[in-house]
Amino acid sequence: MITTKDVEHIGWLARLKMEEEQLEGYADQLNSVLDYFGQLDEVDTREVEPTYHVLEMNNVFRDDKITDCLTRDEAIGNAPKTQDGYFKAPRII
Amino acid sequence: MREESLKLRPYLDEVGVMIGLEIHVQLNKLNTKIFCGCPLDYHDDGPNTHTCPVCLGLPGSLPVINRKAVEYSIKVGLALGCSIEEHTQFYRKNYYYPDLPKGFQITQYDYPIASKGYINIEGEDGEVRIRINRAHMEEDPGRLLHEGGSIERSKYTLIDYNRSGVALLEIVTEPDIRSPKEARRFLDKLRNILEYLDVVDTTLEGSMRVDANISLSGGSRSEVKNISSHKGAERALLFEIVRQKNLLRRGGKVVQETRHFDEARGVTVSLRTKEEAHDYRYFPEADLVPLKVADLAPGIAKTLPELPDARRQRFISQYGVTDDHAKSLTSEKQVADFYEQVATEVDPKLAAVWIADVLKGELNYRNLGIDAFAGANMVQLVKLLAWDKITEQSGVEVIRTILDEGGTPDDVVAAKGLLKAGGDLVTAAVEEAITENPQAVEDYRSGKQEAVNFLMGQVMKKTKGRADAKEVREMIIQRV
Repeated sequence: MITTKDVEHIGWLARLKMEEEQLEGYADQLNSVLDYFGQLDEVDTREVEPTYHVLEMNNVFRDDKITDCLTRDEAIGNAPKTQDGYFKAPRII
Repeated sequence: MREESLKLRPYLDEVGVMIGLEIHVQLNKLNTKIFCGCPLDYHDDGPNTHTCPVCLGLPGSLPVINRKAVEYSIKVGLALGCSIEEHTQFYRKNYYYPDLPKGFQITQYDYPIASKGYINIEGEDGEVRIRINRAHMEEDPGRLLHEGGSIERSKYTLIDYNRSGVALLEIVTEPDIRSPKEARRFLDKLRNILEYLDVVDTTLEGSMRVDANISLSGGSRSEVKNISSHKGAERALLFEIVRQKNLLRRGGKVVQETRHFDEARGVTVSLRTKEEAHDYRYFPEADLVPLKVADLAPGIAKTLPELPDARRQRFISQYGVTDDHAKSLTSEKQVADFYEQVATEVDPKLAAVWIADVLKGELNYRNLGIDAFAGANMVQLVKLLAWDKITEQSGVEVIRTILDEGGTPDDVVAAKGLLKAGGDLVTAAVEEAITENPQAVEDYRSGKQEAVNFLMGQVMKKTKGRADAKEVREMIIQRV
């Protein structure tokens, strides 16, 4: 059961700003999503091998060979803020 | 290769220190990053010059794992006595922090590539086994520069993604370490093993970064981040023990939190209360298929070089050196290589004494590496000593002079007139000293042992220190 407190916490983890009056609505929606997924628990999977990946493939490798990089201007070109070739972001702790 | 772990170690004191380490090892001997072909030679270049859509986390880019990064990880795992898992896969670890452009880090979670190994170290209570919980692969985040000095005071952050995506192997120990000194010894030993494996250049900045978990008396643990040197690890842990002790003494409680080590001030600072594992919302990385690589392990095991512990044993059996000397000589790969080069040409036991007991000390004192002293010079010096051409005292002087001023042992011996005084000269000097100092002779005969030292001093003065002290002492005692 997701509470409004959980919603607030999840919002903080995802850096989403939420208004007090939205919390209840989000909690309801998340609970109904979880209920829907809960239907999966009703299937008996005791005899089924776990699926790790939707593709039945393993060991896709790349050789340790150098490929071209972006130029610095290309790399930082889309950044809202830059300084001396660096990306610039607000301080986060 | 895998052995059952030792039974849990008791605490060493009433405070009950428990330390576990997480060491992030950069596999920087690779040519490229873990999931893309960007080169690793960025250390001398400006920021954001070694990036591509994959390591910048741009939409639509796809990571593909570097085969060699997997092989290196297996190599390290095997050297640490770990088993290589049949099934291993990657997860997304979600958190918002600007060192990761994607909003998540590709890492491993419940299926690490290697698990359950150990490293034996010299502990506070004899040789002890520090268990390794696991070693897992992940991508290095970018490097953050906190403008305006420290992390607490900076207004904004500058980010360089050159490091983003470098292959890391995170090695996680069990909380088996009982003191800051043991932590440092563990790290030194691990570095030594990694050097033997030739998978990491440990001289590069940031190549081994340590997070330390520490708790007292079974209380909550704090995690200290940003430790960049082994000495730093020892200092940060000492600080934490004192801080937690004081907190408990005042009736406070240690809270589980992440702290930052401020190397310049030698203190740890609270950063945030620690996220719970579920806060990271780990889920499988669908862009990478699982790895089934356990069958590579036997082939890689055959390529493993002789490791420090095995080499130490061989030094004892092959060269007949003491265990202490063998340990000292193998604690750094370069020193062990240097020793073997010298030992093939001269008496290996004598070489061990002069390298382990004298040269290493003189190098440490000057903060120099073994490359500051040529192997050929050590061969020449050991020969001079073995042939009894110079005294031990002069041998030390030769090493010091070469380190400070250069030259070869023959040069220094010639320039300083260090050739050992011949037998006749010493006998004459002893005779003289005895005739000139009847009072000292009298004193010795009446039981004053110190009088011999006085007479020896006189002989040394006459021979300008080129006489062997032990021989002189015996001659004086015999004569009077």
